[in-house]
Amino acid sequence: MSCKNPFNHDITPADAPLLNVQVDGQWVQLPRGLNVVEAAKRVGKFIPHYCYHPKLSISGNCRMCLIEMGTPKMGPDRKPIIGADGKPEIGWIPRPQIGCATMISEGMGIRTDSPMVQDCRKGVMEFLLINHPLDCPICDQAGECKLQEFSVEYGNEDSRFVEQKVHKPKQVDIGERIVLDDERCIMCSRCIRFSREMVNDDVLGFTQRGSHTTLAVHPGKRLDNNYSLNTVDICPVGALTSKDFRFKMRVWFLKETKSICTGCATGCNILIGSRENVVHRLTPRENELVNSEWMCDQGRLGFHYIHAEERLLQPTARVNSTTLPVAWDDAFAQIRDRIKSYKPEQIAIIGSARMTNEELFLLAELRAGLGGNAVLTDVVPRTGEADGILRSADLNPNTAGAKLFQISNDGKNLAAIKDGIESGRIKVLYALHEDPVGDAGLSEFALAKLDLLITQKLLKSHSTDIAHFSLPGASFAEKRGSMINGAGRLQRLNKAIATPGQTMDDFEILLKLRSTITGGNSLHTIEEVFKAVAASIPALSGLSLSKVGDLGVEVAPAAATVTT
Amino acid sequence: MPAPAEYRLVFKHIDEPGYTNDIECYLRHGGYEQLKKAFTMKGPDIVNEVKASGLRGRGGAGFACGVKWGFIDPTKNTKPVYLICNADESEPGTFKDRQIIHKDPHQLIEGMVIACYANNVHLSYIYIRGEFPLGAKILEKAIAEAKAKNFLGKNILGSGYDLEIYVHRGAGAYICGEETGLIESLEGKRPYPRIKPPYFPAVLGLYMCPTIVNNVETLCDVKHIIAMGGANYAKIGKPNNTGTRLIGVSGDVAKPGYYEFEVGSLTLGQLINDVCGGIKNGRKLQAVIPGGSSSKVLRAGEKYKIKEKQADGSMIDKEIGLEDIPMDFDTMAAVGSMSGSGGVIVIDDSRDIVSCLANLSEFYAHESCGQCTPCREGSLWMKKITRRLADGHGRLEDVALLKSVADNIAGRTICAMGEACSWPVQSFVAKFKNEFEAKGRAGKGPAVAATNGH
Amino acid sequence: MSATCHDTQDHVELKPEFVAHADELISHYPVSKRSASLPLLHFWQETHGYISNQAVEWIAGKLGLNPIQILELVTFYPMFRQHPAGKFQIKVCRTLSCQLGGAYELREHFMKKLGITKVDEHGLGISADGKFSVEFVECLASCGTAPVIMVNDDFYEGVSHTQADELLQKYN
Ligand SMILES: Cc1cc2nc3c(=O)[nH]c(=O)nc-3n(C[C@H](O)[C@H](O)[C@H](O)COP(=O)(O)O)c2cc1C
Ligand code: SF4
Ligand code: SF4
Ligand code: SF4
Ligand code: FES
Ligand code: FES
Repeated sequence: MSCKNPFNHDITPADAPLLNVQVDGQWVQLPRGLNVVEAAKRVGKFIPHYCYHPKLSISGNCRMCLIEMGTPKMGPDRKPIIGADGKPEIGWIPRPQIGCATMISEGMGIRTDSPMVQDCRKGVMEFLLINHPLDCPICDQAGECKLQEFSVEYGNEDSRFVEQKVHKPKQVDIGERIVLDDERCIMCSRCIRFSREMVNDDVLGFTQRGSHTTLAVHPGKRLDNNYSLNTVDICPVGALTSKDFRFKMRVWFLKETKSICTGCATGCNILIGSRENVVHRLTPRENELVNSEWMCDQGRLGFHYIHAEERLLQPTARVNSTTLPVAWDDAFAQIRDRIKSYKPEQIAIIGSARMTNEELFLLAELRAGLGGNAVLTDVVPRTGEADGILRSADLNPNTAGAKLFQISNDGKNLAAIKDGIESGRIKVLYALHEDPVGDAGLSEFALAKLDLLITQKLLKSHSTDIAHFSLPGASFAEKRGSMINGAGRLQRLNKAIATPGQTMDDFEILLKLRSTITGGNSLHTIEEVFKAVAASIPALSGLSLSKVGDLGVEVAPAAATVTT
Repeated sequence: MPAPAEYRLVFKHIDEPGYTNDIECYLRHGGYEQLKKAFTMKGPDIVNEVKASGLRGRGGAGFACGVKWGFIDPTKNTKPVYLICNADESEPGTFKDRQIIHKDPHQLIEGMVIACYANNVHLSYIYIRGEFPLGAKILEKAIAEAKAKNFLGKNILGSGYDLEIYVHRGAGAYICGEETGLIESLEGKRPYPRIKPPYFPAVLGLYMCPTIVNNVETLCDVKHIIAMGGANYAKIGKPNNTGTRLIGVSGDVAKPGYYEFEVGSLTLGQLINDVCGGIKNGRKLQAVIPGGSSSKVLRAGEKYKIKEKQADGSMIDKEIGLEDIPMDFDTMAAVGSMSGSGGVIVIDDSRDIVSCLANLSEFYAHESCGQCTPCREGSLWMKKITRRLADGHGRLEDVALLKSVADNIAGRTICAMGEACSWPVQSFVAKFKNEFEAKGRAGKGPAVAATNGH
Repeated sequence: MSATCHDTQDHVELKPEFVAHADELISHYPVSKRSASLPLLHFWQETHGYISNQAVEWIAGKLGLNPIQILELVTFYPMFRQHPAGKFQIKVCRTLSCQLGGAYELREHFMKKLGITKVDEHGLGISADGKFSVEFVECLASCGTAPVIMVNDDFYEGVSHTQADELLQKYN
């Protein structure tokens, strides 16, 4: 497992012995080690809960998961009494028990919806609501609030509370990215446990006591760690909200697209929340083999550039000092006409380990058409510090893919490319999703010496201004394709929004450029490209994008052994 | 029948003229002799004596002390075992441990050393409530004296057994009397009681090690069990209700105070009327809270059906009145209440019973730790309703509402505070229904409160 | 009801004896320093009057904790104060036996005598000269001698209004 959760209450070892458990009258077999909430879930019964989270310690404070349980009745011989149905008779405990902290055991009986259980839930719901503000319509959590949801399902119709509510701090600024409304907090302690257990950043706590208990950070301290926004996800109510997302969009309007984060080599699985071609948020999507239920704040918030003002929306061509829009097909034809006259040694390609496998594969094919290995090629490595939680030291999402298709030379060719351009030996540069200056470290002076500069990226820069051709590509949210994360897992990106303006999906740009330059094309769709990719790489053979599925497939270490 | 005489065992020297709380005085009265005797025994033998004594915990729940100790098998676990003396004494109506701490601290220390030795404990704490600053000083002095005389510390009396005891002060929280809240508090955390399972103190107690928590009185009893032997101790009191019990009487009696009796040897009526001189100012009895504020109230004139064991072992059904209830664990439970912490609060007929409940509900709302939903929200709600009723802002429907709120708490919380706060409400409302309804009917209904929901 | 600490107190210089005694208290908890939180809070308050922000941070630092973990305790336990209270702190037991014994009237008497009309959100009232503070506390475990009070660490039982007046003289 790549993500070290403090707890995994929802996972049992494969060899866990099976226990016979009666759930709402049905006898079923379930692995030892599950608590009642998880056991019920496995047989399709939902036990409502607030404080319980499968990845955090169990605190048992909300009491929403109260159930009725029993153990086998024992005869005088200390053996279970067997009833008429051949199953053990159950002695029901007259007091409700919390499902989250009760482990299943052999012969146990569970009632998830008996009158006693319903009564308990009704009671707890009422208690949770009496001091809660009644302004759901203006609450940011509306639509994702478990209080709202469960109160409809399990609560009382009318309020019996005629007293004055307890008042607590509102709109507390507890961190760079988070706002707290203490009146909405139900004191489930999930956020405290997450910060303590998962991130080891124990800055949250409860102050005061009793009904006045108040979630707080110490004055002067902030909930600013790189995982802070996960607390917003796990807060069952609207107490913790993301400043970035707060009140921007009602969640029920959001379309959710399964994809992956491209912020580092971990490749956290995500949902892209979008509406009308605008991405509003990224949220983690559960994948136990990658990120469990979490993602880092940097990755989560690192999407705003796709709607930036500097976004290039239109292919352009520069003649002398004038840059003018150009039709895609004209651009491809003009590039073909100009590039033909150069020898492979005069051409260099700076690709990116942020590109998908499909794009990298097509780029490798294009390079072959331009003269193969004589064309100096590399990507820009990006390293940071691994944080021991999710973030990888490799800040490129697809370094493995870039290696696999031999686009990457670990950055070792970058200096040679720089020298070549400066010495005038290299006359043509095709830079994709890396800025030749800002990312690859070339000088503006060197760029000026090029006969032909082709850039393919998202945002305007000096390089795109002076490029002979600027080809606006697509962001991760606008494309399909695959990447291989640092652990050798092949995962899919999915398209959440349309490419804006005249921009084009990069695989299509490459496909068209390749067929324009080298002629002939049998590939049209991303599936077809992937098929071709899979056919060329033994480690991927037999795979298709649909077989990769939502959770990806492990392809390393074979993928790491590069084939020709 | 006149009340039997007091049976002073734990309170033997309390308030005895000339008896002081220093070690010299204690030694002159045979102090630490039982410790020496205990050192001639093996730990498990001491545990067996305590089992044989039938001693039930004096902190409130009445759990058999020997059985509790039996959960811990020092031979079977590799973790250290801790013992904590619960000197939090915060249950309203209870004021017995204070006497021991202030006036005979060495009795407690001796009992603790014996208990620690029996359970192979080497580090022990006395958790004393913060409002006993003098008591804490007295205990610290007693510990220093005992250490100086090698009744504590390293190689106690040459036995090779080491033990340290430290005093740890609370800071004004009733919930620190609940044993797992106490443990959390002692660990330096908010005293949030732990969920059981899995955190039974005997398994995962202080620092996640096996831990014994015993009340002050219970630990003192241990000394006397060593002195007389478990079997002899069991002869005091009644079967399953052995030994003596410290009882504190407060409220509307002529002579409130603390007493020690053989368990079950006297009735509630004898206690109130003979021992405590009857109801004050010639008034009549209205109600009794028999075992600390959390126990269910008994109403004057009530009749209870109980089973009584005859000499030949057979059981007969019997109807008794409040005055006839013998003061023992089992009978108090049989009449629907509990002997709890031994604090008896007497309420005369001039008192507004609704106000009495409002007072207690305010206590529980103030003391709820706030960890779990029903107690956190319900205790404050009940306080607000009872306060309104008492202050003339009630409604008739508040009476049923009050009961319903209490019913939604009891049995559904993390710790027994859930019961502690709802039992008084349930019992007061059920037994004084007319009084509550009258208040509700006469009430003006809720006024817009001016406070911040306190 | 704010969670903040109040820095009305100037930064205090800690004497070496203070630090030495703090270390002695910590030594009572060989298994976990964190256990010394309450003893250090008591000791600070006894020495400096109330728990300032400096106190919270110093104790947290001393015990290797995050300050919020100390603030969680300061705000939980009523005995710890984040503001100065009176030089003489009168705590009147409020609970049932004492109520029956006249505790409410006794508190009222103190308030009147001291001219206190306002109380804070915890019910604490301070006399204008800052000499006395009056508050209710819960059962002090001396119910048989109601009403009972504490003045600082001193304990008084069966307090009549006359005795109350005498106490105000005594602690002047
Ligand atoms: C809310 C609550 C408060 C309690 N307060 C006290 C107390 O002040 N003193 C005490 O000895 N036990 C108290 N107890 C009982 C303890 O949890 C525990 O049962 C007791 O200390 C065990 O000691 P014993 O077996 O010697 O009675 C309290 C329990 C609850 C639920
Ligand atoms: S802020 Fe949310 S997650 Fe945190 S304790 Fe409150 S309700 Fe739970
Ligand atoms: S850890 Fe990496 S992949 Fe995961 S969210 Fe952060 S940046 Fe994205
Ligand atoms: S029952 Fe009350 S005191 Fe006990 S844990 Fe729950 S809130 Fe705290
Ligand atoms: S989910 Fe079980 S108590 Fe909260
Ligand atoms: S009620 Fe005041 S001391 Fe107990």
